[in-house]
Amino acid sequence: MTAVTAPLDVAALRADFPILGRTVREGKPLVYLDSGATAQRPRQVIDAEREFLEQHNAAVHRGAHQLAEEATDAYESARARIAAFVGSDPDELVFTKNATEGINLVAYAMGNASTAGPESARFVLGPGDEIVVTEMEHHANLVPWQQLALRTGATLRWFGVTDDGRLDLSDVDGLINAQTKVVAFTHQSNVLGTVNPVEPLVTRARQVGALTVLDACQSVPHSAVDLRALGVDFAVFSSHKMLGPYGLGVLYGRRELLAAMPPFLTGGSMIEMVDMTRTTFAAPPQRFEAGTPMTSQAVALGAAVDYLSVVGTDRIAAHEHLLTVAALDGLAEIPGIRVLGPVDGHARGGAVSFVVDGIHPHDVGQVLDDQGIAVRVGHHCAWPLHRRLGVPASVRASFYLYNDLSEVDTFLAGVRETKRFFGVA
Amino acid sequence: MQLQQMYQEIILDHYKNPHGRGLRDPYDAESFQVNPTCGDEVTLRVRLVGDQVADVSYDGQGCSISQASTSVLTDLVVGRSVAEAFTKLDAFVELMQGRGAVEPDEDVLEDGIAFAGVAKYPARVKCALLGWMAFKDAVARAGGETT
Repeated sequence: MTAVTAPLDVAALRADFPILGRTVREGKPLVYLDSGATAQRPRQVIDAEREFLEQHNAAVHRGAHQLAEEATDAYESARARIAAFVGSDPDELVFTKNATEGINLVAYAMGNASTAGPESARFVLGPGDEIVVTEMEHHANLVPWQQLALRTGATLRWFGVTDDGRLDLSDVDGLINAQTKVVAFTHQSNVLGTVNPVEPLVTRARQVGALTVLDACQSVPHSAVDLRALGVDFAVFSSHKMLGPYGLGVLYGRRELLAAMPPFLTGGSMIEMVDMTRTTFAAPPQRFEAGTPMTSQAVALGAAVDYLSVVGTDRIAAHEHLLTVAALDGLAEIPGIRVLGPVDGHARGGAVSFVVDGIHPHDVGQVLDDQGIAVRVGHHCAWPLHRRLGVPASVRASFYLYNDLSEVDTFLAGVRETKRFFGVA
Repeated sequence: MQLQQMYQEIILDHYKNPHGRGLRDPYDAESFQVNPTCGDEVTLRVRLVGDQVADVSYDGQGCSISQASTSVLTDLVVGRSVAEAFTKLDAFVELMQGRGAVEPDEDVLEDGIAFAGVAKYPARVKCALLGWMAFKDAVARAGGETT
């Protein structure tokens, strides 16, 4: 257990991230507190992508030449390591262009199920069926379901959010009922930091035969996540939020579900046999990877999970917990700050969103930026959640393994400076 | 410091004491504009009498830049012909989209020249233009002759 609790050597880690050495806004050291939006990349990840392109680049799963073999091996080896990183098997992992596409893949496959064969029956939705989401979802895990409901005549329902930023679970059995076909919810809120309890929702969904879809974009990069142990049917996460490149998302689906699910995008690489009037489809995951895949990106994400595994996800989570609690405690000492979401570190990740009385979030972000502090401002793609909490927008600081306590101090001083600049007591 | 160039005193004054704020009757057309990246919004009404902008009233929520620029807008366009108002609108849009390279004409833009520093921050240009786009849209809805 000592390995797990040993603190991170942040200074050594930071040396792996070239961008963290630069300055911004007239020579200020960069304080990067926007990893919830996108994480920075270590040299090991950048080098892995370059090495693939310089030595092994070829189209995968076609061609019999040596480079094609090497490229296919690199691509599939990455899939296997990424699968192991989240406790699954390679044939349960589909590469998509981003996590948003992964959710759309499931939603559109369900929409396509009504015209597919009898093996797809359990994915069919129609009037009288219900889709359950939550009020704290990122738009990526709300809009696809909302639109699927509109297309199929199904009804969209949702869990509300309590004033302190937790899911209101007072009526789980009512909301998830015999009509429910899908329960889609976030593992960790990108705004509130709230870590949602997966177990009661999965248990109830199983009781009524509903499928579960977990948005794990904010949990997989920051903690040890075992998707099979969580028992969800589907999950998505995003490469660029976990030290990997853009242009790549990952969809996990339980083997028997992927095997029964009709495709979303069709075309090359996803077929078994094609004639002029009909097509049969490849087995998963290829069935869901139409067209030439994002190969060098997958290889680089493989390097990213190697990097995260060496550092240790439990240690990363413990480190971020330390930073989060320091930020929450520090903000609590500044008058006129309202933190959105849990104000203590219990079941909470490293996204700290807040508003400052009398200063618009955009203006807070601008003054922080002037001091070299990069935060996110706006509604963070969670407009309904902000409406629920009665604010139009917020400021979000989010932490990762390369942040340290001195940056939390700089951030807190920056918030104080913002209040001074705008003359707000 | 860049920040002071952006947050000129004039802007902060307009933000703290906005001119012409509040929705008023009568009006000929109303426009609702929203900045989808941050959720800032403005509802703006225009009253035209003949070819004159008789009143501009507005309500909304947003950052200091969007609120101050809408306040300045009312100073610049109320009591002028629609054509004159659109000359100012064009000048303000040109200034904001100029990446800091456009020299503003104080005779045309008056307090609006204070926003020159905002043009150096591409992410904030939309904020500065929110109310102006609502004005343009409302005049079009009211059937105003803009040239």
